[in-house]
Amino acid sequence: MSISRRKFLGWIGAAGFGMTVGKTARAASNKHFSGYPDSMGVLYDNVLCIGCRKCEASCQKVNDLPMPPKPFEDLTVMDQNRRTDADTFLVMNKYEQVGNGRGPVFSRMGCNHCLEPACASSCFVAAYSKTKTGAVTYDASVCVGCRYCMIACPFNIPAYEYDEAFTPRIRKCTFCYPRISKGLLPGCVEICPTEALTYGKRSDLLKVARQRIQQAPDRYVDHIYGENEMGGTNWLYLSGVPFKDIGMREDLGVTPAPALTSGALGAVPIVVGLWPVLLTGIYAMSKRKEKISQQETQQAVTEALEKAQSEADSKLEQAMAKAQKEKETAIDKAVKKALEEAAKPKSEEEA
Amino acid sequence: MSSDATTAKQSLFTPFNVVAGLIVVLGLIVTGLRFTKGLGTVTNLSDYNPWGIWIGFDLLVGVALAAGGYVTSAAVYIFGFKKYHSAVRPAILTGFLGYALVVLALHYDVGQPWRLPYPFIVQPGTTSLLFEVAACVALYLTVLFLEFSPAALEWLGLQRLRKYIVRLTMVLTIFGVILSTLHQSSLGALFLIAPSKLHPLWYSSYIPIYFFITSIIAGLSMVIFEGTLSHRYFADKMDETHLQEKDDIVLGFGKAASLVLAGYLIIKIIGISADNNWHYLSTGYGVWFLVELIGFVALPSFLYAVGTRDKNLLLIKWTAVWTVLGVILNRLNVCLIAFNWQLPSSERYVPHWMEIVISVFIVTLGLIIFRFIVTRMPIFYEHPDYEGEH
Ligand code: SF4
Ligand code: SF4
Ligand code: SF4
Repeated sequence: MSISRRKFLGWIGAAGFGMTVGKTARAASNKHFSGYPDSMGVLYDNVLCIGCRKCEASCQKVNDLPMPPKPFEDLTVMDQNRRTDADTFLVMNKYEQVGNGRGPVFSRMGCNHCLEPACASSCFVAAYSKTKTGAVTYDASVCVGCRYCMIACPFNIPAYEYDEAFTPRIRKCTFCYPRISKGLLPGCVEICPTEALTYGKRSDLLKVARQRIQQAPDRYVDHIYGENEMGGTNWLYLSGVPFKDIGMREDLGVTPAPALTSGALGAVPIVVGLWPVLLTGIYAMSKRKEKISQQETQQAVTEALEKAQSEADSKLEQAMAKAQKEKETAIDKAVKKALEEAAKPKSEEEA
Repeated sequence: MSSDATTAKQSLFTPFNVVAGLIVVLGLIVTGLRFTKGLGTVTNLSDYNPWGIWIGFDLLVGVALAAGGYVTSAAVYIFGFKKYHSAVRPAILTGFLGYALVVLALHYDVGQPWRLPYPFIVQPGTTSLLFEVAACVALYLTVLFLEFSPAALEWLGLQRLRKYIVRLTMVLTIFGVILSTLHQSSLGALFLIAPSKLHPLWYSSYIPIYFFITSIIAGLSMVIFEGTLSHRYFADKMDETHLQEKDDIVLGFGKAASLVLAGYLIIKIIGISADNNWHYLSTGYGVWFLVELIGFVALPSFLYAVGTRDKNLLLIKWTAVWTVLGVILNRLNVCLIAFNWQLPSSERYVPHWMEIVISVFIVTLGLIIFRFIVTRMPIFYEHPDYEGEH
């Protein structure tokens, strides 16, 4: 079922943009994977962002998500730090700047569509796919709901429908996969009034970003977030203030998630191959030890028996000899006595 | 059967039954809520904290503490320590029950439990360590079931079937050790993918090895601990051999546990040095880490050693309890306490009381079934028809 759905989307993609659906991310293979060459991305530039929340509203609309209690025009919502949740794929957060004379700076929280996604590599039913478009998609029809992908995602993006009793799903930004497959812009990008969001080939976006930094080095931090973070992401970020000040971690490193687990996965065949040999060997040794000790016992018993036997024999001999002797003495005595007795009457007679 | 009924009548309102009964009733109510209203109603799980005590305790601790099965059967059948033979059946039984309950607990935790077979029948996600865990746990549960079945078959009088299964003992034991090595370590390896979330003192590329070795420690200590409890409550069920070998087992397993704990301590220290994490030791988490390492690894190693040297059975038994607590602490640290350590405290997870109810409910179920089985099947004694056969 799931496959046909994917295929269907794939055909749409092929018809529209000449893009086909990528295979399920086989992220844990040992081959280095630096992303599909022509994959798309979005560059978010917070120097251009005015924090109008129009992208949030658009995301809600194109994804048919329920409207939040307070309208998107209400900017006081941004006074609180928020995160993505089951009904929100995109969150704009506001960070007040103290001491540098600047107004507030904004930051986007949403799926970064990693080149080698932790979520995809961690899912034990392969519910996620890294498509050739760059979008990381999720197939709710196979998801078991173990939530390991939420543990794995370094950006804390996937959210879960905890209040759904029977068919809870993981929820996250789809990169507007249905739209971009049809050649449309992602909802958030389309509506952005300041072009703080730019959609394009990832490789082109990297160039654009570099250019912007070069042209206004005093306005930008010299770093493109997402170029290498966790092995790289399809969404890229430019910022006027250090990334750690707008809630983005700078300590994630450049190792893609699958590389973190490949060692442990690689140990499986070793254990499966070596353990039986080792264990059988140990078993054989302990069996042999047991056998030897059994043999030793056996031998000891035999020896003991033999010894006992010979002892018994010699005793018997002695006893026999003794008996013989006793017998002899007895005879001697008897003879002597008989002789004496025989002599007695004689003497009596004599007397 | 009629005699069963009378004993049941006599012992219906024992303290154990009353408490267990209450827990079961409460557990069933929460179960109803969980499956009609969803996870959100009965848990404090959140988008930041997708795993709570049903994973941290029921899965991670459950699997570690059920390690007695493979540790004991390996010691007896593979390493040839025949004098511990009477420990095998109780250990296999607790292992089997432990794993069965782990699987039961998972049905509460995952969002759509009826899809638990999906990774095997619909679409395998072989890049996931969770896939390895799931596959090994499923297979090992089967192995434990087979290893346990001779006792049930003796009870049922199915001699022929029993004979075939007993012949498999060696194969099952080796298979069990392989599967246990794999999933005990993979449970630790689950966290390899989240270096940015688990505190560096607990995160290590050695974590699969740590989990595997602590499972041996847990297994050895649990055998001592359960043996002590069982002797207290089921002594009347035990035969001559069992009673005779009992102290030997405590001494032997205590000595082994002391050595393994010492080895574990060493590789833990190597782990800190390898990642050069010494500077974290002066932080709050560092102190907590030292509590675990010194209080629950170094100390029990020492106490076990003293206990075996002086043949102090009481000391060894208490050390076993302490060590088991240490393993529980370790699993909770990795999964819950040192996990998400960088989040503000308002975003951290504290279990909902109903989550605790379910965990307690599941442990209670285990005790009830354990009691049912040992009072009926030849676990603590050899069945007269099969004596001295093993
Ligand atoms: S940001 Fe998280 S959810 Fe999005 S692709 Fe990366 S790992 Fe997956
Ligand atoms: S919650 Fe669903 S999508 Fe996430 S890892 Fe588990 S099965 Fe895969
Ligand atoms: S790409 Fe689509 S789903 Fe993602 S944040 Fe933008 S509008 Fe929302």
